[in-house]
Amino acid sequence: MADVRITIIDREGIEHLVSAPTDMSLNLMEVCHEYGVEGTCGGMALCASCQCYVESDHILHEMGSEEMAMLDQAFFVKSNSRLGCQIRITSEIDGLVIRIAPAE
Amino acid sequence: MIETDILIIGAGPVGLFTVFEAGMLKLRCHLVDVLPQPGGQLEEVYPKKPIYDIPGFPSVLASDLIKNLMEQIAPFKPGFTLGERVDIIHQQEDGKFQITTNKGTQFLSPTIFIAAGLGCFEPKRPPIANIRDYEDIGVDYIIRDPEKYRGKEVVISGGGDSALDWTIYLADVAKKVTMVHRRNSFSGHLDSVDKVMALAAAGKIDVVLETEIVDVEGSGKLEKVQLKNHNGELSTIDTEYWIPLYGLSPMLGPIADWNLNLDKKSILVDTDDYSTNIKGIFAVGDINQYKGKLKLILCGFHETTMAVQSAFSICYPDKKKHFKYTTVAGIEGF
Repeated sequence: MADVRITIIDREGIEHLVSAPTDMSLNLMEVCHEYGVEGTCGGMALCASCQCYVESDHILHEMGSEEMAMLDQAFFVKSNSRLGCQIRITSEIDGLVIRIAPAE
Repeated sequence: MIETDILIIGAGPVGLFTVFEAGMLKLRCHLVDVLPQPGGQLEEVYPKKPIYDIPGFPSVLASDLIKNLMEQIAPFKPGFTLGERVDIIHQQEDGKFQITTNKGTQFLSPTIFIAAGLGCFEPKRPPIANIRDYEDIGVDYIIRDPEKYRGKEVVISGGGDSALDWTIYLADVAKKVTMVHRRNSFSGHLDSVDKVMALAAAGKIDVVLETEIVDVEGSGKLEKVQLKNHNGELSTIDTEYWIPLYGLSPMLGPIADWNLNLDKKSILVDTDDYSTNIKGIFAVGDINQYKGKLKLILCGFHETTMAVQSAFSICYPDKKKHFKYTTVAGIEGF
């Protein structure tokens, strides 16, 4: 299975083109970890430390109630906000561009 | 004053397992945790989630892992002080530490293990530059006594259950309640949402949707909050209180005041024995930081096992330490 390419814009505004495997059950929070995303709760949508803004026009799966509830408690939320931990690394997100939200 | 060999701050899995490894060396432990029960995040946040990376357990529920750890350490009769937060650490001239909690409980111990996980959970503070200036003079993150708001003007923000529940409660107490929420729908329980909308329809409260609070004003006390809607239009509401309810976020809390070397919200340790820059204080589990750190329960178990060996030398500098396998003679408790 081919890796997907994702552009991650970190909190300093620096773009990183990274490739990530689709056969590791990874999520976007785990891929963003080395760019300053903490993932405090371990990927259970129980914190908003992996909030990111989707800047490409990919149509991602709809938010679940847990993700929506957590974003309701988060700051710096915009219409294109998502929790990275809820976005699986699959072939559908090849070319995705995301910007990491400010730390709370 | 309670005396012990190791005072453990945090009764999560790593704090609990510390008791076992310390017990193997005949060191007594006492645990302090701000939560009312042992288990840390595993019991408080995700008790029914399965964990798959504990060696020997293909899958174990978080609460079962805690139950098993409690059983495993029982022979060593650890002390527990629950529902209290360690606030002050004072090192005596003889090197021992006097430890005091927020409720005044005191301990004396030659060693301290900080196994505090993510730290203390504190209410989240909205990102407004001067918000701290209005804390306790109008901005409240926690409602301790709802009577405080009787006959007053109150703004509540947040879209979760606690914002909804307090809006409903204070509708009958306050002179005026305005609820402000960023979206046009709520993520809280449906019956709470229905109640809030019914109160708004009946004119008992105001609900302002697709709007955020972006500024606070007042001289000597809160007088106004500034709102910004999703079109970027600004407006203000006169109010005596603003209660932002955005859940909790982990903070280091008092740990930040103990002169430990820190890296953001973590404590820097020496990987030889997970000791901090203060002799006698160790940091184990998710709270520590070192090159290659992985925040995994199993790594915390390893870290605290190593740290206990050094703690022994501090507690008993003249005694020879004997390494023991549990397979030889089993567990000999206190």
